[in-house]
Amino acid sequence: MNRAAVIFAALLVVLVPISLLAGRVWISPIGAEGTANAALILMELRLPRAVLAIVIGAGLGAAGAAMQGYLRNPLADPGLFGIAPMAALGAVASFWFGLASSSWGVPVFALAGAALAMALLAAIAGRSVSDGRAGAGGGIALFTLAGLMIASLAGALTALAITMAPSAFAMSQIVMWLNGAITDRSWAEVWIAAPLTLAGIAVLMLASRSLDALTLGEEAARSLGVDPRRLLFLLVVGTALTVGSGVAVAGIIGFVGLIVPHLVRPLTDRLPSSLLLPSALAGACLVLLADSVVRVLPLVTELRLGIALSLIGAPFFLWLLIRMRKGRL
Amino acid sequence: MLEANNLSIERGGRRVLSDVSAAFAAGEITAIVGPNGAGKSSLVLALAGLLDPVGGAVTLDGRSIHALPPRERARMLGYLPQDTDIAWDVAVEQLVALGRLPHGDRGRDEVEAAISMLALEDLRHRPASRLSGGEKARVLLARVLAGTPEWVLADEPLAALDLAHAKALTEHFREIADSGSGVVLVVHDLAVAMNCADRVIVLSDGKCVATGTPADALTQEIIKRVWGVDADWLGKPGQHALVIRRP
Repeated sequence: MNRAAVIFAALLVVLVPISLLAGRVWISPIGAEGTANAALILMELRLPRAVLAIVIGAGLGAAGAAMQGYLRNPLADPGLFGIAPMAALGAVASFWFGLASSSWGVPVFALAGAALAMALLAAIAGRSVSDGRAGAGGGIALFTLAGLMIASLAGALTALAITMAPSAFAMSQIVMWLNGAITDRSWAEVWIAAPLTLAGIAVLMLASRSLDALTLGEEAARSLGVDPRRLLFLLVVGTALTVGSGVAVAGIIGFVGLIVPHLVRPLTDRLPSSLLLPSALAGACLVLLADSVVRVLPLVTELRLGIALSLIGAPFFLWLLIRMRKGRL
Repeated sequence: MLEANNLSIERGGRRVLSDVSAAFAAGEITAIVGPNGAGKSSLVLALAGLLDPVGGAVTLDGRSIHALPPRERARMLGYLPQDTDIAWDVAVEQLVALGRLPHGDRGRDEVEAAISMLALEDLRHRPASRLSGGEKARVLLARVLAGTPEWVLADEPLAALDLAHAKALTEHFREIADSGSGVVLVVHDLAVAMNCADRVIVLSDGKCVATGTPADALTQEIIKRVWGVDADWLGKPGQHALVIRRP
């Protein structure tokens, strides 16, 4: 465990109790009154919500670090693979067809969307990734374009589904869900997302040394024994599991995968392998913190987590672009 | 012995190497020369096992390198690309240590030996973005050497280097060859090939048109035929200069 991982693990240890106690109803860690209600709020509302925030944040952070390493680009985001938009489209379909009432409806459709994105990526771009005859760099570039096209198509179909929603209620459900939140989530969602996300992070970890080799470029990486097809497979599966399961239980939560590796990178030796675990921990911290903040903001209705993170993330992205223009990145 | 046997390569639907046969010996520097588009980079990529042939094969001590698992191949053949854009601002020591990836270990001794050989001790903590062109070239060669390959295959390693850095890097390649490894260099400067290589392979339009000692492969007649220029070699062995005749 490197220094950055220790720092963010320690921060997470501090944030978890704060997150459990914070909310519209503040729970005193030492107060005795209202013990039964407090225990109920803690165990059935706050704890699953905190665990879900940690799981989703960890998945997005790790996927962001892996994606930036794979594309050798600090502006890369897990959304570039088109997996998150396809998972969102799957979830939207469950609302559209009225199958979202069961706790499994939305996640199952969203995971099916993520799986479809994976299959499309494999079919369109998988064959092109450096088979020894493609031009240098052509494989990853084509793969990225394929991901962007899938994302674009999923976005268009989602917009179509909203405009042609069967009822105003369904439309409202879709829009609210797309904004991303972990309000009112239960242990059921935790049991869906946690195993898949952990499996996804483990898969991404398997790719870590190959991502290090990509620091020197695609050709040099292959000369170091990296198998581009295996690397692509690990990246797509790892991203689908982490991002897909996150979208399945919480909707679209953007910018975490973009911001977190930037926060972590200066604390490491900057190799992608050094970034994966700290990014997972930092992502967990960021989503947990953001979810705690939206809970205590004095608004009539709770600010959606996805909106809150976008409000933080978009200016951060602009700041990154300005720094890149000045050659400081 | 590294050999290309009747090697044919296609890239982007175009035949870039046709029926090329050449043998490369350990302990020697072999220079691959030829005009732009002659297939030099494709040949060195194929020798590194990074391009699959449409005909023929590359063999290492009689074994086809295409049949080797990628990591095993990477342990034997160290490839130095022409242009390396280092994606992250990694320190020199970490960059050199990337050469150990095929071995799956940290290889501290090998990394230290490579750093020492290329005289990078004072730069070990310097980030990649703060290296000059010459320093970067040394670091990237050290990365290859950290993998202790039997063969070093470098695509235009001297391009974009000034005279002093090109001379220093050439001397490092000689040290590597003298240590028993095989060195294959793609070079544009025929004087470098003439003075520094033990053997030269001349490519033109994807075909091997001459091979042998520098004096045999880089004759005035071959230079005229391949590059279309009349030129004379001046000076003595090891210090030759190529002078192009005025029309």
